[in-house]
Amino acid sequence: MPDLGKYADAVLSAYAASLVLLVALVLVTLWRGRKVRREMENLQSRIKRNG
Amino acid sequence: MSIWEYANPKKFLATTERVMPTLWISSAALISVGLVWGFFFTPDDYRQGSTVKIIFLHVPSALMAINAWFMMLVTSLVWVIRRHHVSALAARAAAPVGVVMTLIALVTGAIWGQPMWGTWWAWDPRLTSFLVLFLFYLGYIALWEAIDNPDTAADLTSILCLVGSVFAVLSRYAVNFWNQGLHQGASLSLDKEENVADVFSNPLYVCMAGFVLLFIALVFYRTGTEIRARRIKALIARERLEA
Amino acid sequence: MIALLFRDLKLALRAGGGFGLGLAFFLIVTVMVPFSVGPQSELLARIAPGVLWLGALLACLLSLDRLLALDWEDGSLDLLATAPLPLEGTVTIKALAHWITTGLPLVLAAPVLGVLLNLPVQGFLWLLVSLLLGTPALSVIGTFGAALTVGLKRGGLLLSLLVMPLYVPTLIFGAEVARRGAEGLAVQTPLLLLAGISAASIALLPFASAAVLRVNLR
Repeated sequence: MPDLGKYADAVLSAYAASLVLLVALVLVTLWRGRKVRREMENLQSRIKRNG
Repeated sequence: MSIWEYANPKKFLATTERVMPTLWISSAALISVGLVWGFFFTPDDYRQGSTVKIIFLHVPSALMAINAWFMMLVTSLVWVIRRHHVSALAARAAAPVGVVMTLIALVTGAIWGQPMWGTWWAWDPRLTSFLVLFLFYLGYIALWEAIDNPDTAADLTSILCLVGSVFAVLSRYAVNFWNQGLHQGASLSLDKEENVADVFSNPLYVCMAGFVLLFIALVFYRTGTEIRARRIKALIARERLEA
Repeated sequence: MIALLFRDLKLALRAGGGFGLGLAFFLIVTVMVPFSVGPQSELLARIAPGVLWLGALLACLLSLDRLLALDWEDGSLDLLATAPLPLEGTVTIKALAHWITTGLPLVLAAPVLGVLLNLPVQGFLWLLVSLLLGTPALSVIGTFGAALTVGLKRGGLLLSLLVMPLYVPTLIFGAEVARRGAEGLAVQTPLLLLAGISAASIALLPFASAAVLRVNLR
């Protein structure tokens, strides 16, 4: 751990906030992508079944 | 071989699917390397102390916040002129990414500003224009969400994006005129003597490259999601019609 | 075109047309300001130009959702779209009617309300000029926003969200002219920029509004 001096709070909170936002964005993106993909597969299998 | 081949959703999906893993991995790798390098292996600035490390998040996110809007402008134009659905959906997919990038730039800026300028927020031109950009993003996304018919939504949001771009640029100049800034000039530019020192700029370039790749990966992935969501809607509608 | 203008004016002036509501809103916002920031006359004098500009802008904003919505509901917008008059002309006339029924009364009322806020004497002229030059831009930009949201059920809030960022440059230059005027400084630069924004908006935005309306009427 580098010595951040008196600005440790600022630096760490900036990194934490940014990483949280980035990770949240990626997770939301992946989550929605998975959901839509699953829906698509369900729908396609249903359509195939019904001919 | 031309770029317009990717206007075909199937072709777009197939190609992006193939490059997706490379994009995810390389962007994650670049961002990690850049941030670790920046966080652990750069010295403190003699004036800013350790807060200089915030630059490795602030500058790349600000860069992408503007470029995301620029990309939306280009894809909106492509939609208006050539009416490729993938293009409109890519613009839609990019907007939330742009919002998050704007938010990161604003938050890291505020956290940096507190110890350095002695205030979280100042009505400085750059800060203010970013806030205005944020509002533009919100309006754009809200308009997409509000309209049911996908083609109407694509048309209206594209025109909003075009008009909004003009007004965003106008606001930038208006805000410049309205208040003198605290914000330093460009951190990196080709034609200037006084750039950020090399110790800082090298990890910064790595982070910027990482953010660019992350943006591309996110937009590709989200565009794929939007294409599928659109397809699902169409399939369900057809099913209802046949039933 | 003239007939359309008179029709719109008549509809707005008739009972239930909402004429005067914007004016009343402007009045009440101005009256509320001293309640919220305190009655010190120096403070009020300093913020008067900005408050009057913001009040006029909000009053303008609130009247926007009626601009096209009524014609949309009763179908006369479809008729106007098929009329020989190009849609660009129609939206320009609509914006003009909106400005005459909303913008112009606001401009004329502003000096009266300036008295309430203790606006310095030399500021009245520039307040009037800046509003006179700026409110047409507000109407034209607002027409674009109204055209974007015309088909939506609850477009009111969305309309505000869309139009507000577009109002930023107009507000900055307009309020700057009024502020400099009140403080007795040179006003030429912001005045020219404000006039430029208005002229460019009036010249170009009707095309965007008409394009948007065509999409919505499809």
